[in-house]
Amino acid sequence: MKIELTREKVHNEFAKKVELISGQNLFACYQCGNCTAGCPVAFAMEVGPHEVIRYTLLGLEEEALAVNTFWLCASCLQCTSRCPKGIDIARVMDALRMVILRKKDRKDHIHVSEFQEGFLEKVPQIAFISGFRKFLS
Amino acid sequence: MDYLYFPGCTLYTKAKNFDQTARDCSLLLGFQLKELPNWTCCGATFPLATDNIMALLPPSRILARAREEGTTLTTLCSVCFNVIKRTNRLIRNDGDKRDTINNFMETNYQGDLRVLHYLEILKQDVGFPRIQEKMKKPLTGLKAAPYYGCMLLRPFEEMEFDDKEKPTLFEGFLEAMGAEAIDFPYKIECCGSFQSVGSPEVATECGYKILGSAVKNGAEVVVSTCPLCTFNIDHKQADIKQKYLDFKPIPVLYFTQLLGIAMGLDYQTLGFGQNFVDPLPLLKGKGFI
Repeated sequence: MKIELTREKVHNEFAKKVELISGQNLFACYQCGNCTAGCPVAFAMEVGPHEVIRYTLLGLEEEALAVNTFWLCASCLQCTSRCPKGIDIARVMDALRMVILRKKDRKDHIHVSEFQEGFLEKVPQIAFISGFRKFLS
Repeated sequence: MDYLYFPGCTLYTKAKNFDQTARDCSLLLGFQLKELPNWTCCGATFPLATDNIMALLPPSRILARAREEGTTLTTLCSVCFNVIKRTNRLIRNDGDKRDTINNFMETNYQGDLRVLHYLEILKQDVGFPRIQEKMKKPLTGLKAAPYYGCMLLRPFEEMEFDDKEKPTLFEGFLEAMGAEAIDFPYKIECCGSFQSVGSPEVATECGYKILGSAVKNGAEVVVSTCPLCTFNIDHKQADIKQKYLDFKPIPVLYFTQLLGIAMGLDYQTLGFGQNFVDPLPLLKGKGFI
């Protein structure tokens, strides 16, 4: 991915917003990549969790919100448990989801009407309830 | 002794076998699960956004009601356990949030309940030696892989369940029943959780890795503590099989089902019909039923 840094981007309010929702100090991150190394779903991510944090710190809002990383996060807290700087990375991923889901246009990540026939009967409700809380505005 | 018990939604539907076997086993072990009256859904996720107080209300309501009935609250489902225990700790330690929640719900709950997982009762209150004494059909020769998943253990500081990287409680329990506990590197890895709704193919991959790792280390059966994990590693074996032709199905049982067998309960009461991969050939082959 080609990234262009500008003064306006770097000085925007995006990182502050993510810090506020997640309650985490993103600037503590020194990009060791431990979160990405231990992430059970990193294989399917476009960029690793540590890279999304870097995008956020640089104010690259558009780039950070365009990747699938935080949508794939299963909140298993492996990264949180292993971060040497004590950042609760799962909270950061959740905050990124929230930045999108709380926008005025309410763009949901999943759509119940698109579920295949029989899916609702097959999957236990516990998966739906937690999924809806993570993916719907 | 009786324990106040919160079943949670899935244990009333797709995991009835988990609920029923836990109740039956507890009677044999000398305690009773007393169901919390008027319980509601726990919300199934602990809200990670710090300003999302609304999502704390369902578990708070459960806790406040439970406090009127007793001083401990037990769950079987790992997700319910995680949500309720974390909320309980938050209410105890965060005065501002505690006031907001109590004012909204018109309650006065201070976070002083003891929240326990069923496995903790077995370890701390019943004790593994006593379980060993109660064995009618010890599971000698059964190679069982204990699958912890994430919610029982993490975050480590809040769950205080066991070591965050090398837990051993589940192994101790399996060994008390006479089984051989198989150690495998994926025992604390995520099953994909709610991604079975968001990105089902990702959850399929997680399940494949966990089961593959267990089998590679010699497991004949994987033992689970959570209906969501069980869905992802048992029921999703149909999808795994479709994607990986070399994959061989392996039975996944709730720990209470194994306990039921070992304590001599009639296998027809253990709800094996709800398990996706039929465990009966394995159990019959080993002479347990």
